[in-house]
Amino acid sequence: MENTQPATAGRQDPTALPIGILAIAGMTVFAAVFLMAESEAAVGGLLAFAAVAVLGAGKLGLLERVRAAFRDHELTMHTAIVIGALAIAWVFREDHFALLMLTMAMLYLTACLGLNVQLGYTGILNFAGSSFLGVGCYTAAVLTQHTAIPPLVILPLGGLMATIVGSVLILPVLRTRGHYAAVVTIAFAVLFKTFLEVNDSLGGPQGLAVGEMTLFGWGFNSNIEIGDFYASFYMNYFLLALVITILAFALTRRIERSWVGLNMDAVRIDELAASCFGINLARWKITAFMLGNFMIGTAGALLGMILGFIAPTNFTFADSLILLSIVLLGGMGSVWGIALASAIIVMLPEKLQLIQEYRFLLFAALVILVLRFRPNGLLPRADRIYFPGWRPR
Amino acid sequence: MDLALLGQYVINGLMLGMMYALVAVGFTLFFGVLDVIKFSHGDVLMVGAFTGYTTFLGLEAAGVHMPVIQIVLLVIASTVLVGLLGAAIAKYLILPLTNAPALNILLATMMLGTVLREAVRLFFPEGSNPKRFPRLLPDTVIPIGGFDLRVDSLMLLIAGVLVIVAIHTVINRTKLGLAIRAVAQDAETARIMGINFELVVLVTFAIGSAAAAVAGVMNGLYYNEINFGMGLLLGVIGFAAAIVGGLGNIYGAILGGFLFAALQTIGAVALPFASAYKDVFAFAVIISIMAWRPTGLIPEKVSERV
Repeated sequence: MENTQPATAGRQDPTALPIGILAIAGMTVFAAVFLMAESEAAVGGLLAFAAVAVLGAGKLGLLERVRAAFRDHELTMHTAIVIGALAIAWVFREDHFALLMLTMAMLYLTACLGLNVQLGYTGILNFAGSSFLGVGCYTAAVLTQHTAIPPLVILPLGGLMATIVGSVLILPVLRTRGHYAAVVTIAFAVLFKTFLEVNDSLGGPQGLAVGEMTLFGWGFNSNIEIGDFYASFYMNYFLLALVITILAFALTRRIERSWVGLNMDAVRIDELAASCFGINLARWKITAFMLGNFMIGTAGALLGMILGFIAPTNFTFADSLILLSIVLLGGMGSVWGIALASAIIVMLPEKLQLIQEYRFLLFAALVILVLRFRPNGLLPRADRIYFPGWRPR
Repeated sequence: MDLALLGQYVINGLMLGMMYALVAVGFTLFFGVLDVIKFSHGDVLMVGAFTGYTTFLGLEAAGVHMPVIQIVLLVIASTVLVGLLGAAIAKYLILPLTNAPALNILLATMMLGTVLREAVRLFFPEGSNPKRFPRLLPDTVIPIGGFDLRVDSLMLLIAGVLVIVAIHTVINRTKLGLAIRAVAQDAETARIMGINFELVVLVTFAIGSAAAAVAGVMNGLYYNEINFGMGLLLGVIGFAAAIVGGLGNIYGAILGGFLFAALQTIGAVALPFASAYKDVFAFAVIISIMAWRPTGLIPEKVSERV
């Protein structure tokens, strides 16, 4: 009988969970110290420390245990990470800048999870990520300024608008492949920015102001003061962004593990074989493309409210490339890799003010090096586990 | 519309089309030999323009003031250096990545474009400001009816045609061109036949990049201004032109280049109420063409191997 039941319990490593929790605690402390670091030397030292720590942990086999902890105790580990994020937010509750950076990282993560559904799972290249982010922002700007729609409803409306605008690209995206598909979204990204610049009713090159988020009459642009307690107004946005990120993350994870994700993987890996097995290519490509744009647009709507002011220069082709690089740096299809990459790409340039001038140069060079020497990303996506306890050999 | 304005639009459209075609020819050559898209091509063009400009400054400093000598040396310096740059990019970035997914190469070369752009902005003296490119060609005009045809525009157009004819001749009439076409058709078989694969790839990248350098210098001579960001849009347009024409086909690239310029010109002429939308119009048409002919106007002749 033992052979028919996958023996999960016997293979579990009892040390995995404590080590996993310790790793998350360590990362939380590291992130907090990193955000506090003022001087360039401190930031550099911390980066060197992180590299040594990761390499050392790998040598000692600790990384393998952390991975096992994520595999076997998923809920506990995810809860620990959310607690870690909240702890960091608590430490920086009075610091506008740190909270803004954390919030931005989470919104970029949400947008990149949308790109990941498109590219990482289904293999649809989208070079217009920042354009759909822009659709969300402009939707938020127009709706907060001219209508009385509750701002919380505006967030999904931003996503919906991005989906609708994106649907004009469905036909060309479905019919083209590879490099030919790339040109469709690249052309759209350039078109979108040019359109915003010459269109006067959307503010032209000057852009538009976006109203604040309000929830049950609470304006998000006011600081939190309850008795002696004081927190920056970005704390509001941080908490909302955290909720949205968790939702997006859970959704992506559920998709990945379901038959939907299996179909999407099949479409990406081999279109011909997938269609031979009766998978409707068009259906899954449309689903992935629209769902991805919805997630990007929703993140965009909140992004617009946080920025308070948006202009066409926020949504250039170069910004789309940054979104795509996050997905590639993290590892296509690997949600944790993308989370790590979003944090690195959003926060590192802000922390290295000395090299501010050179950051695009260094950043581009970094991506080239990763593509050259670690082509599957920082945390490559693990093999799909079909049965509990099953290990790919 | 009077003749003068129409003539101006036609000449301007032809100039743009020539530059786009020169860039698109590079894209299509690279795709032919290696099946890769080198997206840094537009920024390589920008480097070509800046090399030309630097050469001009150097010649001025060295006391050479004759425009004819200046322009010859400037073009030679620009094409040779940028050709070497293209070959170096192929050798150190693209050849090591040939087994990686196509997206990785696309992204790596896009990032290389950023590196080139930022390097010029940061390290060229006053690199972030636009530079005044010298007016080296005669500025006389030939009056045709009410329209003044500028001689320098005419010379630039003829030069562009000559470059394209030269590339075409090299590809179709020489032994080197035979090797390039062999590699494009089947790299494995070409190697078995004793063709030096790497050398052919490097030479192809040098030729394509030199064509982009010519386009860059042309751009500088025509508009008399260059800046570090000029390559980005030219690269995107050149890529779109190569794709719309059909990758791997030199006629397709030329067709695509002139088509895009024609669309922009038509957009500017036919939308008088909104000529600012000419780029929006041109890119929208490109997207529609891709929906209509998914593998370009002159499709690649390939059948999918299973």
